[in-house]
Amino acid sequence: MASEPNLSYEEVVIRELYEETILDHNRRPRNRGHIDGLKAEGYNPLCGDQVEVSLRITDGIIDAIAFEGHGCAISVASASLMTEAVKGKSPEEAKAIMRRFQALVTDTSGIEPDLDEFGDLAALAGVRALPVRIKCATLPWHALLAALAGDTAATTE
Amino acid sequence: MRSFDLDAIRKEFPILSEEVHGKPLAYLDNAATSQKPAAVLDRLDHYYKHENANIHRGVHHLSQIASKAYDDARKSVQTFLGAAEDAEVIFTKGCTEGINLVANGLFLSPGDRILISTMEHHSNIVPWQIAAQKAGATVEPIPISDIGEIDLEAYRALLAQGNVKLVAIVHISNGLGTINPVKEMAALAHAHGAMILVDGAQAGPHRRIDVQDIDADFYTLSCHKIYAPTGVGALYGKRALLEQMPPYQGGGDMIWQVSFAGTTYAPIPRKFEAGTPNIAGVIGFDAAIRFLSDFGLKSSGSSSDEENRLGKGLDLAFDVLEERERSLTAYATERLSEVPGLTLIGTAPNKAGVLAFVLDYAHPHDIGTILDSEGVAVRTGHHCCQPLMKRFGLGATTRASLAMYTAEWEIDNLIRGLQRVRAIFG
Repeated sequence: MASEPNLSYEEVVIRELYEETILDHNRRPRNRGHIDGLKAEGYNPLCGDQVEVSLRITDGIIDAIAFEGHGCAISVASASLMTEAVKGKSPEEAKAIMRRFQALVTDTSGIEPDLDEFGDLAALAGVRALPVRIKCATLPWHALLAALAGDTAATTE
Repeated sequence: MRSFDLDAIRKEFPILSEEVHGKPLAYLDNAATSQKPAAVLDRLDHYYKHENANIHRGVHHLSQIASKAYDDARKSVQTFLGAAEDAEVIFTKGCTEGINLVANGLFLSPGDRILISTMEHHSNIVPWQIAAQKAGATVEPIPISDIGEIDLEAYRALLAQGNVKLVAIVHISNGLGTINPVKEMAALAHAHGAMILVDGAQAGPHRRIDVQDIDADFYTLSCHKIYAPTGVGALYGKRALLEQMPPYQGGGDMIWQVSFAGTTYAPIPRKFEAGTPNIAGVIGFDAAIRFLSDFGLKSSGSSSDEENRLGKGLDLAFDVLEERERSLTAYATERLSEVPGLTLIGTAPNKAGVLAFVLDYAHPHDIGTILDSEGVAVRTGHHCCQPLMKRFGLGATTRASLAMYTAEWEIDNLIRGLQRVRAIFG
């Protein structure tokens, strides 16, 4: 379940979930703000995490994307990392990244994933050890998907 | 001579020796549900092994035994609540169902007003909204102060505007710990011709309740918070009021006679207990009440005459528990104040062992996850009090809540966990 074998649960939480990239993106979120264009809000009623994703598509490329909202460190870091991962990509590429990301964080099989293809997003891989927090990581992505589809709201329910 | 033997109490609760992620369990989520003593667990076991049958006085032996146990439980709850008669105690599946039962039974007209407070749990807001919407009535909030107390001046003013049918108010807030002046609020409500329902979900485990002293028209209990099984609640209502109300659920056992030409209903309490109830759960609650009473009698080294024994034991128990809780809450409050960047939410002078707080540098979710990794169980989120969160400009808080078996070391573990949170996020 972890990149190092036989970590205690506490160590998984402290070292794998709340690792440096996550803490950095939580402390200094990238692309915080608002873009005039497509936008959608994601809201998790169970915990109160809320994120609004806005973006602009020019010549088939997401050339501007930002997020606003309040929520836990996982949801903020995921939103921040997401904006970096999809900026400069086409909507189709963004959706493909989302599918792979979703598969990564919901994989509770214990099999080691190949993290190389994920870049900085790999920092969120630790969330799969805490099923109750998976929705925190996927919320901004559901909002992204909704925005790309022209919807204005998304939920992880 | 009163004594508080924490170790002896903790030994009564088997789950307290559990380990969580390899750490000792520090269970600080008692406002969500309480743990159960062996006396309750053994009673459930004995019931299903030797007494189980459906109730309502079937002719066979086991049904007689089960029926008597269920009826005895009702009498115990009568004593627990200080009700005038046991028929005024209705068993429900929870506190929420009790409130819905009353909301469903209210005769509301357009323009009628229902007052609730900003600190209410959703179970004491939504049923009234549903009922009000059907009838063209309104639900209005009584404001609260920055330290989490009811604004009594505003309450008086709202009542004075007239047309208030019912006031629904929480006794002890699950979001703040505030203990509300429900007796005073009941008197004011009645002076304006309004009824009052008191939500006693958190009060049950923390304070001795006397519904006649409060003069509550309705009072709801959440039994699983009082060291009893889940799936049981109790609703107290004054006889005259319950008799006026239409049934909540129709079915077996709440009827007198059924025919296609018309059906007549059973008298209270059975009018409001359709179908087979959570018999074992109710009997389990009786065992919890007796457990508390026995604890009270033992703590004071007294014995009481049989007739008043249960009530006397409960009086003594809550004397001891209240004193213990005050001191432990003060300890927890003091230790929490050591944590940099921590703000307590709910600092009323009169509050119970419910400690909600926020940290400048970490979200409750993250706090809760890190605390969990250290074996500390707290609750994070809006605690089913979204209007309360909004009042304080918050999305969520972290909440630790105490019970009779809570130990100082559990508070210490909480603080150590919070220092860990600070090291990571601060």
